[in-house]
Amino acid sequence: MNGATADLWMLLLGLGGVLVAASLIGAILADRKGADNPVIENLNARIKAWWVMVILMGLALTFGKAGASVLFAFCSFAALREFLTLTDTRRADHMALAASFFVVIPVQYYLIWTEWYGLYSIFIPVYAFLLMPIIVALRGDTGRFLSRVAEVQWALMVCVFCVSHVPALLSLQIPGFEGRNVLLIAFLVVVVQGSDVAQYIWGKLFGRTKIAPALSPSKTWEGFIGGALTAIVIGASLSFLTPFTPLQAGAMAFVIVLMGFFGGLVMSAIKRDRGVKDWGQMIAGHGGFIDRLDSVIFSAPIFFHLTRFYWSTV
Amino acid sequence: MQATWAGCAPHPRQRVYFANHTSNGDFVLIWTVLPPALRDQTRPVAAADYWLTSPLRSFIGRDVFNAVLIDRRPDARTEDPVAQMIAAADAGASLIIFPEGQRNMTGEGLLPFKSGLYHFARQRPDIDLVPVWIANLNRVMPKGEIVPIPLICTVTFGEPLHLQAGEDKDTFLARATAALIATQGAT
Repeated sequence: MNGATADLWMLLLGLGGVLVAASLIGAILADRKGADNPVIENLNARIKAWWVMVILMGLALTFGKAGASVLFAFCSFAALREFLTLTDTRRADHMALAASFFVVIPVQYYLIWTEWYGLYSIFIPVYAFLLMPIIVALRGDTGRFLSRVAEVQWALMVCVFCVSHVPALLSLQIPGFEGRNVLLIAFLVVVVQGSDVAQYIWGKLFGRTKIAPALSPSKTWEGFIGGALTAIVIGASLSFLTPFTPLQAGAMAFVIVLMGFFGGLVMSAIKRDRGVKDWGQMIAGHGGFIDRLDSVIFSAPIFFHLTRFYWSTV
Repeated sequence: MQATWAGCAPHPRQRVYFANHTSNGDFVLIWTVLPPALRDQTRPVAAADYWLTSPLRSFIGRDVFNAVLIDRRPDARTEDPVAQMIAAADAGASLIIFPEGQRNMTGEGLLPFKSGLYHFARQRPDIDLVPVWIANLNRVMPKGEIVPIPLICTVTFGEPLHLQAGEDKDTFLARATAALIATQGAT
């Protein structure tokens, strides 16, 4: 067992401990306030889903690059399914949609796998961006053409391009950090999800002042500030996993939290526009895949590029 | 694939599920989302002039799904479709029917309902008529395409309706159409 694996296991054991505590608290709350209280029922469903997510994530990261690539390719697939289900496509878009699932996702993750930075960072913004409207235009249906094409482009950027920046962290080469890149993924995911959970808890306990009532009734200043501070502390205390100093790790966590928070707001705006509350029903208590991934989607590319710019040699 | 029971619960009582029809996979989809206890007693009503045209189709339609096969051609048929449905219902089966009578290729709304639903309701007024809206299956695999797109299909079960005393055919069919459209928006 090398150093990275040992650190990863330590982190997973820590998370396991947190989940054991959370499950106990959930059981006690269900016992005191009644198991049919909807908030507590939802809390316990969330905790159960967290067990599954932590175990899956742990398994994937133990298998290193292969595991992370497969896991996030699957996340992209599930997210793209949810996203495109809510778009207003027509029969003429069929080839473009099929290509999104069966060409763009495999190619993007293959490029990530081969660590070809020069191509995986432009494949969707350049090649898919230009080829997709050509395929659609050739079918000759011009009704709502711009919005149809734009929706598919958005779906690809959000669900495939942004998500693929999580496994792309494995291709960075940071002097003195060789063989430990998988811990960058662990750091990002723990900070993002820790921030989501902390915002949820702070919001449920002290939430009063809504930040954006038009977008999301559950986001409050109290929840956001409490959650952000908690996540920054989590980030700084995990600096031993990363190439960052505690101060840098805290600053990174701050950027991740901000992007994640605003990502959640943007994705809420899309849901509002489409008249749905959740993206799907895939994960009990959480809604769909995108409901769980929205903050990762917005923070992953920024975290990737900051780390690459300041720390990586390639 | 998701099932939403918006207007009624999946009780094992006798029902007629009437659904919008956009794809040949429609009844398979409804059948899959029914709990096993309901599935076993539910038979789709399908077109004999489609399902009996080849040995494979006939095996799938008659033997796998135990379909009530009706002939859509009034001048060629020997059996009355409504009488066949009544016979199946009297034997205890729940039914899946597509009152539009054919697949709707327009991509929106509903085609005008055929009168079979009304005649059935008139003769067996106690049986629940449950509107069922199927969303997205036609987007997954539009006619003429070969690659399916893995979108999420939903099946929404609405509030049961019955023929009211003195209600005439057109009023009833308009009400049934409206109920099915309303199910589309229910979650």
